[in-house]
Amino acid sequence: MSSEILLDIAGVNKRFGGLQALTDVGIRIARGQIVGLIGPNGAGKTTFFNVITGLYQPDSGTFQLGGKPYSPSAPHEVAKAGIARTFQNIRLFGEMSALENVMVGRHVRTRQGVFGAIFRHKAARLEEAAIRARAQELLDFVGIGQFAQRTAKYLSYGDQRRLEIARALATDPQLLALDEPAAGMNATEKLALRELLVKIKNEGKTVLLIEHDVKLMMGLCDRITVLEYGKQIAEGLPSEIQKNEAVIKAYLGGAHE
Amino acid sequence: METFLQQILNGLVLGSMYALVALGYTMVYGVLNLINFAHGDVLMIGAMIGLTILKLLETHAPGLSGGLQLAIAILGAIPVAVLVNILIERIAYRRLRNAPRLAPLITAIGVSILLQTFAMMIWGRSPLPFPQLLSPEPVNIGGALISHTQILLLALAAASMVALVLLVERTRMGRAMRAVAENPRVAGLMGVDSNRVIVATFAIGAALAAVAGVMWGANYASITFTMGVLPGMKAFCAAVLGGIGNIYGAMIGGILLGIIEALGAGYIGDLTGGFLGSHYQDIFAFIVLILVLTLRPSGIMGERVADRA
Amino acid sequence: MALLTFDLQHKPRQARISMAAVLALMLVFPFVASQFGNSWVRIIDIALLYIMLALGLNIVVGFAGLLDLGYIAFFAVGAYLVGLFASPQFAALLESLIYYSPTLGEWLVALFGPEIQQKGIHLSVWAVVPLAALVAGLAGALLGAPTLKLRGDYLAIVTLGFGEIIRIFMNNLNDPINFTNGPQGINMIDPIRVFGVSLAGEQGSGGMVDIGGYAMPSVNAYYFLFLFLCIATIFITSRLQHSRLGRAWVAIREDEIAAKAMGINTRNVKLLAFAMGASFGGVAGAMFGAFQGFVSPESFSLTESIAVLAMVVLGGIGHIPGVVLGGMLLAALPEVLRHVVEPAQQALFGTVIIEAEVLRQLLYGLALVLIMLVNPAGLWPSPNREERPNAALAHDEQEGAKA
Repeated sequence: MSSEILLDIAGVNKRFGGLQALTDVGIRIARGQIVGLIGPNGAGKTTFFNVITGLYQPDSGTFQLGGKPYSPSAPHEVAKAGIARTFQNIRLFGEMSALENVMVGRHVRTRQGVFGAIFRHKAARLEEAAIRARAQELLDFVGIGQFAQRTAKYLSYGDQRRLEIARALATDPQLLALDEPAAGMNATEKLALRELLVKIKNEGKTVLLIEHDVKLMMGLCDRITVLEYGKQIAEGLPSEIQKNEAVIKAYLGGAHE
Repeated sequence: METFLQQILNGLVLGSMYALVALGYTMVYGVLNLINFAHGDVLMIGAMIGLTILKLLETHAPGLSGGLQLAIAILGAIPVAVLVNILIERIAYRRLRNAPRLAPLITAIGVSILLQTFAMMIWGRSPLPFPQLLSPEPVNIGGALISHTQILLLALAAASMVALVLLVERTRMGRAMRAVAENPRVAGLMGVDSNRVIVATFAIGAALAAVAGVMWGANYASITFTMGVLPGMKAFCAAVLGGIGNIYGAMIGGILLGIIEALGAGYIGDLTGGFLGSHYQDIFAFIVLILVLTLRPSGIMGERVADRA
Repeated sequence: MALLTFDLQHKPRQARISMAAVLALMLVFPFVASQFGNSWVRIIDIALLYIMLALGLNIVVGFAGLLDLGYIAFFAVGAYLVGLFASPQFAALLESLIYYSPTLGEWLVALFGPEIQQKGIHLSVWAVVPLAALVAGLAGALLGAPTLKLRGDYLAIVTLGFGEIIRIFMNNLNDPINFTNGPQGINMIDPIRVFGVSLAGEQGSGGMVDIGGYAMPSVNAYYFLFLFLCIATIFITSRLQHSRLGRAWVAIREDEIAAKAMGINTRNVKLLAFAMGASFGGVAGAMFGAFQGFVSPESFSLTESIAVLAMVVLGGIGHIPGVVLGGMLLAALPEVLRHVVEPAQQALFGTVIIEAEVLRQLLYGLALVLIMLVNPAGLWPSPNREERPNAALAHDEQEGAKA
């Protein structure tokens, strides 16, 4: 596993009116790692996500991806730079088919515009075919290839989560940021998700993961960062985090796994 | 060119009517998050019914004083307008409460067209003259002239607004309306029947629009089946200016917009070196809307949109 | 109706047969209808233009989910463009311009030639149509720009405002410099001339157009031109729909935040929707001006914007065949009824109780209300559910709360 740092973020502050949502939060993820972000509800995990993916503007912070600074000012620029995300409350394009959802994911890496749309010259046709093929490939990869033509809003909950991951993967990201992908899943679905995440890691992708399921995190993540009330209270190996007093007090509630 | 004071006075008169209509928009938006596109046409219905009543009085009860006639016209127009608005809510909007936002807006547009068509069928296509019932002698205030009708208009508008504030702040129904506007689900949990509140909201808005409609007719001496469209849109702009969902905002926004329009129409010739004349008066409301939505979307009093958790 | 499908993707053979059948019908129609006079073909001529408008608006409302209530402004832009550049109007403009800025006036005369002082500018259709598309497209982007961050209903009102502003300008831009000739409008607009043949017929031909030895009424000649343009519009919008851009539009409609997160530059894509939709409106407007020979602000009011919206909604938002159906119904039906209903009432009741104009308005109002209550997906919604926007602006609310 390479020790090259892929995502390097430091000093993020974010205030909403009277509430200091994030105080001096940072994270460093090496390429090929799965890093977890945990913390009690309201700790600022999704806020942090939204900051690094450009949905919220931070008050301060430095942002580097793959050694180069990137500007989290607009979500589409972030996607272009190489960070793709999923959402806590699934945000699929409900009326589109599963395949089309993933095809939209290819938008940022493709180019055809009005001219190509209308005239369908050779380059446009080739690109369109490539988009379709890659989308099907990704659907197969996450395990819902057979639902390609089904309208997204009619998929089962677990399949919708997979679809969202496939769509994010379609953007060819350097970093895959998943916001509670296991939320609302039963034990079987979580197992399947775990398998998928391992598969993704084995492909060499780097993953940042927000999750509440501690067992899932412990077995999966290379490193874990813990937030509480917008501040970082711990960072390290899962085994270290489990034993960390501050973390136990804040979150694990004294239980052990 | 009229004096500054005269234009302010004109603006106040115009703005009062905008305020009355804006209140209807803002209250409905507050409880339903819906722009009642047809609200301007309720103003028109009020005016038409008012005129019909006046005609009836002329033939069946001549000799009544002008003020009394107007009072009867208004009192007669209100229940009809209220009925119309309640029917609209029941038939067109209620079923679409949970539909995507596009649907009720399109329905509202359809309702607006239907109202105008029915009015056209009943009262005809040409403009109808509205009788001048009060003394035509204008009152002179510091060099500016204001008619008796306009004074009555201002008084009625003020009275209506005071009555509304009292209703919203002091009565049970008022509290219920504010609760539903803030958070309908929790209000329901507290025992508030949101359907009744919504009906009451539509009713009150209609009553105010009816008053505005009759006085509009009295002020401009002519009404027609399309008279509600543009004032309706402008009143909505006023509601946004004041802060949509906020009653005080609607009042302030309405009056402010009236003054902006009056001053704008008066001075636009000077401002543009004669290139644009006062016929461009109608664009001010929309320019204000665009500026507000771009620069300060929450309006003057800040937005109070229902909190859908 | 079950046999009639236009779904090329899933039922190609059936779709092609359906299209061929409809095309054959449309080609034969004018020859049959001409037996009964010119009015029927004229009705369909106008209906074809409105179908073009509806298809253009369908890009904005149907694909991208942006409720534009001022769309008729682009129709007006195209129409007034012909009015200015293919009629004597430019002479009038020049006259008023020279009064205020003689240098500018002289420069224009030098540019276009001295006859423009007497006769105005008369560009050919080959220049005017691309010009209309371009100018209208630019106008679309300009008017769309301030609306990019607005929530659904605010966007509707602001676009309505823009539509009104344009109408007011058209109505008043005759003083001090006479651009639009005010409420009177511009007349004596050149008819379309294609390959040396004027579609209004030559002088003294009684309105007959001579095409390769075969004579047909002017309305028929225009019919085929408009039919061609309509088919082109259907073709182009269909291609746009099933492309990377079309998917981007639907993504924005379904969930703008997710679309952004997937790398779609929503600002540019929305502007493109406005611009493309507007350009179709502009071309239709130019055709309208040339066909009628005259334009006035009355034809471009809020009522018209709503009428076009009704066509899109009635037919099935986003679904092209549905929009064509909606356009045909709402544009042609009232006129047809006028020819049938008024005489029928005369015969039955001795008087006309409901005039055609009233009937038209009733139809529009009822169409909008009933469709939304009964089946928001329209009369002929897409069989492919991904083309339907039902879930769309439900998201607007959540986004609006953040915006």
